Amino acid sequence: MRELIVISGKGGTGKTSLTGAFAHLDREKIICDLDVDAPDLHILLSPKVILQEKFISGNEAVIDQDKCQSCGTCAEMCRYDAISFKDDKYLVEPLRCEGCKVCVSFCPEEAVEFPPRYCGNWYVSSTRFGTMVHAQLFPGAENSGRLVALLRQKARAKAKEEGRNLILCDGAPGIGCPVISSLSGTDLAVVVTEPTPSGLHDLMRVAELCSHFKIRVAVIVNKFDLNQEQTSKIQDYCRKNSHELVGNIPHDDIFTRAMVEKKVVTEIRDSNMALMVKQTWEKISDLL
Amino acid sequence: MSRIAVTSEGPTLKDMVDPRFGRAGGFVLVDPETMEHEYVDNGQSQAMAHGAGIQAAQVIADSGAKVVLTGYVGPKAFQALRATGIKVVQNLDNMSVGEAVEKYKSGHVDYASHPNK
Amino acid sequence: MDPKRKSNLIVSIASGKGGTGKTTVSASLACVWKKPVLAVDLDVEEPNLHLFLNPEISHQEKIYLETPVVDESKCTLCRMCSDLCQFQAIKVMGETLLTFTEMCHGCGGCLAICPEKALSPGQRELGILSQGSSLGKISFLMGSLRVGEAMSPPLMTIVKKRMMEILGKERADAIIDAPPGVSCPAVCAVMDSDLIILVTEPTPFGFHDFRLAWESFSSMGKPMAVVINRAGLGDSSVYRFCDEKKLPILASIPYDRNIAQAYSKGQVVARLSPELEHKFSDLARELQGYDREAAYA
Repeated sequence: MRELIVISGKGGTGKTSLTGAFAHLDREKIICDLDVDAPDLHILLSPKVILQEKFISGNEAVIDQDKCQSCGTCAEMCRYDAISFKDDKYLVEPLRCEGCKVCVSFCPEEAVEFPPRYCGNWYVSSTRFGTMVHAQLFPGAENSGRLVALLRQKARAKAKEEGRNLILCDGAPGIGCPVISSLSGTDLAVVVTEPTPSGLHDLMRVAELCSHFKIRVAVIVNKFDLNQEQTSKIQDYCRKNSHELVGNIPHDDIFTRAMVEKKVVTEIRDSNMALMVKQTWEKISDLL
Repeated sequence: MSRIAVTSEGPTLKDMVDPRFGRAGGFVLVDPETMEHEYVDNGQSQAMAHGAGIQAAQVIADSGAKVVLTGYVGPKAFQALRATGIKVVQNLDNMSVGEAVEKYKSGHVDYASHPNK
Repeated sequence: MDPKRKSNLIVSIASGKGGTGKTTVSASLACVWKKPVLAVDLDVEEPNLHLFLNPEISHQEKIYLETPVVDESKCTLCRMCSDLCQFQAIKVMGETLLTFTEMCHGCGGCLAICPEKALSPGQRELGILSQGSSLGKISFLMGSLRVGEAMSPPLMTIVKKRMMEILGKERADAIIDAPPGVSCPAVCAVMDSDLIILVTEPTPFGFHDFRLAWESFSSMGKPMAVVINRAGLGDSSVYRFCDEKKLPILASIPYDRNIAQAYSKGQVVARLSPELEHKFSDLARELQGYDREAAYA
């Protein structure tokens, strides 16, 4: 079984539109949306949820006001400034609480409770392109790295069950926790970039991250015709670092038009774009 | 001979080896001479946010087992097991716990020098 | 609110979805801002603001997280530290206390709880903080996460502390370029600002993530306003939503290949045409005239 992730470093370069098209083009895969923070792939694939589960991860501090003697030890020891004194009360701000348990352990009155945190939901769904594993964190929740790891586990189990040979993942932007988590065990990272200073800068950082984890990188330049000079710079960078260039996609609002119709671009008949995306997917398939 | 720990999907020798180390369903602790065994559940690891492998390594260390039979071990868990002198046999999946122990007893296994995940 | 900095306005530019134009709006606003301004890049995973403001960097420092170091001669293997640690960063394995530095969240609990004083502070590099100025009038501050580091909020917190120090001294306003998404890093970036600008594009993806961002940030009770980028593309859902939720749309940047091309050359969009400059000046004026007390009332 092979695992492929589409990432970008910079957001908004076209990862999800391309992942959706690849899901259409490959028949033997499980689809997995690992952007659990702001997932979008479901907008193109209209999944029907078969299974929904709660994602519970870590704990959070809650002060029992009946027991609290307002000594202030918790606020003093909290390194995340999550405990504030308001209206004669010590209160934990959930958005700042790291779940480290320091306040729970050091409270002389044992007045801090530590319930588990319900952070979001994850789903197994059916789509017109096959089974999809996805999730949605609650707004402001944390721990998306752990949820990413869980989704990949579920996707692997599904792939085994259905006899699929590929897990096609849509990744998150950035280079932090969720992206690192989504790279572990991946066979190939396809980085979608654009010919802008930000596109190149972010490609370099995310490709360095992949190299750090010894993961092979392939690159797609989206909107390549926007700036030929920047596109050449990206191509030079890829050649120097032995990253395979698998496609140059022109700037075209056909992606947005497809999105408005809840379709992927390869479902728009007789378009040149569909052909180009198909050729790109064939090159990627050869690398798997 | 001291006990060995096998990552397992269930409590008996007939259950399949769970290829995951940190997030294994549980561990069957086996005396390889008598094949007497007991089960340590590891279900709580599924809900752990971080470091399930490190936690699992501690469970094994505390159980007194000196060898682990499993599928895949990540770098941090490997480091933890190595620090306590526990030997690791990797890539044992698609077989039952009993079969894994027999394979170990027959000597047809290698101790890992690096994590495989 | 902190009374010390009442005269400073802190505006966060956020979005939910990536690539909707946060950096474009941040850079443009900084360039047309009438008062002294500090431009802060809090998208530490992929900081891009410097590519448009081209600041001269006058100060750089490495930022670290405090992590424990074990003195084995003092450790009695009592396990108080490992029982407390929620992140599996410190563990007794057989006869040794092991630390897993990359797991540590820097809470300091193990150092505080050790009865033998067997732990002392060590460090893990989080990334680099850079300070400088652009065009002689914009102060600049950014955090850049070390590639391979998983946690961005600790570095962001330190950059924000530095921002507050600078604002305390300079009586400047601050414009924060926030990271995409709606979870912990995005929330961490906007939580200390007075006003949040959500930049979106009127596409289904843009609208979906915009809505998530609005839900996520609403709980903080801060005033929010909207800038629409690539107007003319996509559909009308975002306009209907703003209308329904009474979210003011303060500016609209048209979908235009010339703007995309200028961005691809690292140009600041507000500098492209008198029309665009006016648009951003109007936006800046609106934000600067923003009455914080009224919004909180």
